[in-house]
Amino acid sequence: MYEQSVQLIKEKCIGCTNCIKRCPTEAIRVQNGKALIISDRCLDCGECIRVCQSNAKIAISDPISITDSYDYKIAIPAPSLYGIADSHVSTDRILTGLKHLGFDDVFEVASAAEIITKRTNEFLEMNEKDGPFISSSCPAVVRLVQVRFPSLIDQIIPFISPMELAARIARKRAGDDKGKVGVFFISPCAAKFSEIRNPHHFEESQVDGVIGIKDIQVLLQRLIKSDMETEKLAVASGVGVGWGRIDGEARALASDGVISVDGISNIISLLEELENGKIDQFRFIELMACPGGCVGGPMTLVNPYVAKSIIQDRWDETGSEVCGDCGTLNDIRWTEELPSCNFMKLDDNYEKAMQMLQRLELIEKSLPGIDCGSCGAPSCHAFAEDIVRGRAVITSCIFVLRKKIRQLTDEMIKLEDVLPYRLDKDE
Amino acid sequence: MNQLGLHALIVRKTAIVMYEAEINMVIHAGGGVVDVYINPEDIRIILKDNGPGIPDIGKAMEAGFSTASDKARELGFGAGMGLPNIQKNSDDLNIESRVGEGTTVTILVKLN
Repeated sequence: MYEQSVQLIKEKCIGCTNCIKRCPTEAIRVQNGKALIISDRCLDCGECIRVCQSNAKIAISDPISITDSYDYKIAIPAPSLYGIADSHVSTDRILTGLKHLGFDDVFEVASAAEIITKRTNEFLEMNEKDGPFISSSCPAVVRLVQVRFPSLIDQIIPFISPMELAARIARKRAGDDKGKVGVFFISPCAAKFSEIRNPHHFEESQVDGVIGIKDIQVLLQRLIKSDMETEKLAVASGVGVGWGRIDGEARALASDGVISVDGISNIISLLEELENGKIDQFRFIELMACPGGCVGGPMTLVNPYVAKSIIQDRWDETGSEVCGDCGTLNDIRWTEELPSCNFMKLDDNYEKAMQMLQRLELIEKSLPGIDCGSCGAPSCHAFAEDIVRGRAVITSCIFVLRKKIRQLTDEMIKLEDVLPYRLDKDE
Repeated sequence: MNQLGLHALIVRKTAIVMYEAEINMVIHAGGGVVDVYINPEDIRIILKDNGPGIPDIGKAMEAGFSTASDKARELGFGAGMGLPNIQKNSDDLNIESRVGEGTTVTILVKLN
């Protein structure tokens, strides 16, 4: 089973229908007045975090104190971190600030992203006749394909994420003489926590913890404004830094025929068209679940479009060659095939699924079809599916319930009329 | 069909043949009755109409051949690709037709 990163703070949830309506995979139900996330359907895309007015949804991350139990601490910041300060503040300065928070070393995920860009170019050249290929850098997208578009799994570029590659390089760089080495991802993302806890497509993650940008941003901004001396730490160029926003990854490629799409509902419509064979003119498809790309992640504080423009301004930054000893294409390939976990399927047994579908259609016909959400499911169809799967009872629909009560009342009135008259004392 | 766990390709093929056959029936026969059987091994679509019938089935199967009315063409239909498209996207296509009586089209899409 999938262990999702997005969690509910029960005390804060008021049981409204905002999140169930906005979840792209219909993974949330309100039951007993509280939102309940169905793990197998959750993408960790963070939509419910954004839409919850009670702030009752969070993405799990680690507190910075997690680093305490390590001898040598390495921070690997996501490119989107550079969106927290105006572009005249150098990436060197932001990284220096990060070091001052208690890290012994920093290694930019942006550098690893540059390596992935190079490898992606090679991959596209090698597979010239196939495609279009889908980027694997957004974990919510990879999971979306797994659960909803399993027929597209073979079109995902089978590479580990820049985070994972950065962790491997950083660990190697630390050597064996530093004691217990801890690698911590400085993250904008709701899905990374799950990616390191249950990687499906490689053995074990080299990341020891995920620290949310939101949890360190204020401290970091204070350090940036302080009189600390800037160290030369940045190696990534604007190409790698650009990955922090939508279009960065696609634009870094040498290939023609690239397309970038952000926002989970836009992605779903694109993948539907791709699955239906309507889109084949592209070579590479960059998909980012969050608005604006990683800068719009739920663990960021800066307005995504402000951060996006800052990252854009950093495009001209020059970097140094990081790819000297960073291995071959095979080093970043997934070692295992990505499994399909189609949640749409009603049952593994086809005949049973048929029977369930037949029942589902009958139930759906008896429902009002207005998707009001009062039953706790996002739509009448989802509710009918819940009943068929044994997760709900039909009387949770207030319209059905009202009809039943009316019928019952009618019957009672009729019953009253046929009472033996001699028991009626008044007349 | 997605909820039955069928592969996206099967869903797509079925949607195409269903659409083309339906349009054909509406354009040439003014409507009819469709029965769809979803079986464990295949999907069988049977379209029955009481329309004018097809005088030369071989000719009707040719790509580009069409007897659609100008009105249908104005709407963008009747390019003569319906039957070839059905053949391309199905595993079996059988047409029985009597001029003046009607046509029965049986289409089979295999699931494996």
